[in-house]
Amino acid sequence: MSVAGPAARLHIDWTMCDGRGLCTELLPEALTRDDWGYPLAAPGRVRARADASNVPLTGAELGAAVDAVKLCPLLALRITGP
Amino acid sequence: MSAAIATEPLAGAPSGRPAGSRLFAAGAAAGHAAHLAAYGPVPRHGRDWSLAQELEASGLTGRGGAGFSAWRKFAAVDRARRPARYAGRAGRSVLIANGAEGEPLSFKDATLLHNAPHLVIDGLLAAAEALGAGSLFIYAGAARLPALAAALAERSDARHIALLEAPDAFVAGQSSAVVSFLETGRALPRDVAGRLADGGFQGRPTLVHNVETWAHIALVARYGAGWFRAEGTAEDPGTRLVSVTGDVPSEVVLEVPGGSRLDGVLASAGVAGDAVSAVLVGGYHGRWVRPSGVVLGGGGVPGGGPESGSVRPGAGVVHVLARGRCGLAATARMVEYLAGQSARQCGPCMFGLPALAGAMERLAAGRGGPELVREVGRLSGLVAGRGACHHPDGTVQLVGSALETFADDVRWHLAGQCQETGGAL
Ligand code: SF4
Ligand code: SF4
Repeated sequence: MSVAGPAARLHIDWTMCDGRGLCTELLPEALTRDDWGYPLAAPGRVRARADASNVPLTGAELGAAVDAVKLCPLLALRITGP
Repeated sequence: MSAAIATEPLAGAPSGRPAGSRLFAAGAAAGHAAHLAAYGPVPRHGRDWSLAQELEASGLTGRGGAGFSAWRKFAAVDRARRPARYAGRAGRSVLIANGAEGEPLSFKDATLLHNAPHLVIDGLLAAAEALGAGSLFIYAGAARLPALAAALAERSDARHIALLEAPDAFVAGQSSAVVSFLETGRALPRDVAGRLADGGFQGRPTLVHNVETWAHIALVARYGAGWFRAEGTAEDPGTRLVSVTGDVPSEVVLEVPGGSRLDGVLASAGVAGDAVSAVLVGGYHGRWVRPSGVVLGGGGVPGGGPESGSVRPGAGVVHVLARGRCGLAATARMVEYLAGQSARQCGPCMFGLPALAGAMERLAAGRGGPELVREVGRLSGLVAGRGACHHPDGTVQLVGSALETFADDVRWHLAGQCQETGGAL
């Protein structure tokens, strides 16, 4: 993450997500999977609890993030401001 | 003010009017006439008076748990309704008094609704006038509704307030769950990226306050900010209701000034200080503390370290654990309950809380080594912040405070002993 902070954030709606992990494949740098398969911000990426559902993204990851938003079968993802 | 003891919600008349109580000044199960006799009519204010300004000056914070500034929420709804009004759309705001009280250790809202329903109604009406609100609701458990219906029927100015029956579930009182309930009939928290002020029920600006907050708003509207601040401290003005439960002579609701010392609150409830091991403040989503030197409310003790600091009262729960009782076992039972109360919408909450409960249960039973403490920490990190509501975060806070406050007990448990109950595990 650059000193200037994230370019955007990926918001995960946990009430929709079923943890099949398409997004984690598209954004391997930003997301890993937790014990149960749900997307988890990569180590060191989030500082505060509130960020855990709004994963910071670099500018280089935006394209893949847009794909993830479009391809998530449960419409659980959204890109929000930094 | 001396702490005032209120009656149990459905018990008979109290022994007398609680001296100095603000919220229960009209006595037990006060009807409208008793209410007016105690508080007087709502004054007619001049044109330069504004409820928003009085609320801001009062420093009133929400009494439902989160403790946000009541004025900020009010102002956000005030701002959000304006563009809609100018655009001529139906953007009239929605006001909700939340008395769901899903927290098992809290009964102050039930006590308030039973004894002082007209204060809650007055608070809603005062805000409705200030905000030009369209719809007014009181949301409370089934047992509260008949008395509330009777209170509404007693007065001619409150017929448009609708009652909603809150389901009996821990998360039913989360503000977004209240709005979901209105829209879908199911009290499930939902993913709220924005604030309810900008679009809650049917996309309308929505103001959800705890019922006690509405009662204080009614009093601020009557007597003003200066009066409100005459009790409590500069950082934590006014009074608040607390439910005292656990190892106590009898469970009571007390009205205490902001910034009260926790040991003083316990003494008012008849609890001897040296019989207390620890106190859970704020409920199942709260924190365990050792009571000595701790202040209930914002601000804290000048110059005090963490040991003599302040603890956020949350929804006003004070739950006493006597000496000789194991805090880890008590916490493990609570986490198990909380895991069962997950609304099972969000994966990390649905799977993570039972895993956390299992680890706490092993810790309470002394089955495991130091890796168990690391596992509790790791699972806490996995669920925190990863749900549509604060249920996982609140649970993590409870667990973290238990590991801190009962750190000695953790060491003994890992060695197969419980120091508190004095035996092998
Ligand atoms: S692609 Fe969508 S449903 Fe699948 S894990 Fe990611 S957010 Fe969840
Ligand atoms: S975080 Fe848990 S309790 Fe809250 S909405 Fe999600 S599943 Fe339900």
